[in-house]
Amino acid sequence: MSTKTRRLTYSLAINEAFHQMMSLDESVILIGQGVKSPWYVGNTAQGLIKKFGAERIIDTPVSENSMTGAAVGAALAGMRAVVVHPRMDFMLYAFDPIVNEAANWSYMSGGKASVPVVFWGVINRGGEQGAQHSQALHAMFSHAPGLKVVMPSTPYDAKGLMVAAIKDDNPVVFVDDRWLYDTEGVVPEELYSIAIGEGVIRKEGKDVTLIAASFMVGESLKAASELSKYDIDAEVLDLRTVKPLDVGMILKSVEKTGRAVVVDSGWKTCGLAAEVSAIIAENDIRILKSPIRRITLPDIPAPAGRSLESNYYIKHPGIVDAVVKLVGAQV
Amino acid sequence: MRGSEQPVISKETTKDLYRTMVRIRTCEESFVGPILAKEIRCPVHLCTGQEAVAAGVCSALETEDYIFGNHRSHGHYLAKGGGMRELVAEVYCRETGCSRGRGGSMHLIDTSVGMMGSVPIVAGTIALAMGAALSAKIRNNHRVAVSFFGDGATGEGVLCESLNFAALRKLPVIFVCENNLYSTHLPIDEIRVSQKIYELGIPFGELSHRLDGNDVLAAHRAARNAVDLCRRGKGPVFLECLTYRMHGHVGPDDNIQGAHTDIRPPKEIEKWRKKDPIKKLERHILKNRIASRKELAEIHAQAEKEVRDAHSFARNSSFPREEELSLHVYKN
Repeated sequence: MSTKTRRLTYSLAINEAFHQMMSLDESVILIGQGVKSPWYVGNTAQGLIKKFGAERIIDTPVSENSMTGAAVGAALAGMRAVVVHPRMDFMLYAFDPIVNEAANWSYMSGGKASVPVVFWGVINRGGEQGAQHSQALHAMFSHAPGLKVVMPSTPYDAKGLMVAAIKDDNPVVFVDDRWLYDTEGVVPEELYSIAIGEGVIRKEGKDVTLIAASFMVGESLKAASELSKYDIDAEVLDLRTVKPLDVGMILKSVEKTGRAVVVDSGWKTCGLAAEVSAIIAENDIRILKSPIRRITLPDIPAPAGRSLESNYYIKHPGIVDAVVKLVGAQV
Repeated sequence: MRGSEQPVISKETTKDLYRTMVRIRTCEESFVGPILAKEIRCPVHLCTGQEAVAAGVCSALETEDYIFGNHRSHGHYLAKGGGMRELVAEVYCRETGCSRGRGGSMHLIDTSVGMMGSVPIVAGTIALAMGAALSAKIRNNHRVAVSFFGDGATGEGVLCESLNFAALRKLPVIFVCENNLYSTHLPIDEIRVSQKIYELGIPFGELSHRLDGNDVLAAHRAARNAVDLCRRGKGPVFLECLTYRMHGHVGPDDNIQGAHTDIRPPKEIEKWRKKDPIKKLERHILKNRIASRKELAEIHAQAEKEVRDAHSFARNSSFPREEELSLHVYKN
């Protein structure tokens, strides 16, 4: 199979990033709860222990604070550590090593040391899992100076951004989504990385800009396709990195279309959509033909029961409705 | 410590321990004036009285070994080999400081001598030290990591998480608890039922030991044994060092009852003043003719000269430039 057309699922693309980076660089380690168990991490860690040994692929007790701190300490001592949180809800136990320690370390040491760690958090929601097994917490990490936050939407990006995150000398929060794990796409076999901080235009359009990351990119693309039936030509931006944002790409697109709809899988208040909206508004609000629209989760915890759950998560028809109302197109 | 022999401490090592403690003490006391004059403004947590732990433990380590500190880490930094000029300049928040004036007294670092950093989040570096030990184990480079923390840190869950994992993986890490009997303002019997902190390591199967933290020779011996065990794959080790800070939690205030901070009974402070670690070693040195009074006086004189030079260096250094506010957020 040609490397240009080889297809892989999102989860196996992440797995390939580990295989390649761990072969290339002996200092790369993977630590976290469930790295031995597909029930926790799907097939993202398959074959790693066999190939690299239990010294470098470390399954851990349920001690998020300490295990994440261990990854930070190992990084300070010269390793490149990836610490996995198979449900990012549990990452809140590790806020201290992530935000107080890793994020601040370079600054508070005047650049004398930095922390090459990847904090890998998986959004794992749906299926009536309820409030503590559902959360998308990327905005919380984006708030802290010193962290970078990436959210790949495709298998190609999942591999390229994981490689970039591991190679980065700074702490990077890598947020993926269990709903994307079975998505298939072209993933070159060779090692490559995607520049952190650069977004990509997934679909060009002239009437409205849909701005999204991770799982919401797919929903936005479905919405854009639907919108063409309403004669609305939507442009879809994939942020890929949510901190630092690709401000140039966002502003250029919105300057062209004059309308912005920001779609995010997190909550509304102080969220990613709020930040993107503020950047657009601060730039030059006069270029806007209509108000900016945020499509986010409501400020409500995730419900368990299916009747509520189906009304909670964002799906493409909701995006279509919002855009149609905003653009004011006729059916 | 169980089953371990008592290492012999040479005359040279004994004098070095004395020198290290005197350098730390002289440096610490030199901050009092500039703090009161508001020349130094960042929060400063003086370790006067606790010098023996830093000196005793760090003297058992090699330069490549790792230490991680806390809010009260001037002593750890100096004992591990960090430069005094860079320490003092950092406390003055100058560009020439060890953290280029971005960290202040509570963020000391000199990775070239294994001082990996210090932070004021209580217990914040315990897991980090364990991670450095994990790195040493993976690389099999025989390095040892030390985490210095206080009795207050025993209230944080991350300590127990780390004691468990370190023991599980037999990591070369020494948990050094400097029990100075006060968690900021609260005496230890108001924060713990058991005052035997060293017992925390026992359920995890760790060698755990309490020692007189004002006896630098005891601290040095215990640390040498602990380092030896760690290098032979028999870590981790937990050391509780009973000690006392002669100043209050932060700044030069003594926290004596009757003063505005009103915490510590004067009799308790007097009791501990008699256990001064430097005086204790001085008696040992003179009794055993390890050095003469004149030699000891020379050590004090040299320390004072070094400290004066460091203050002069700091005062003559510029503050970080205003336009460089955003430097170092990320490593480029």
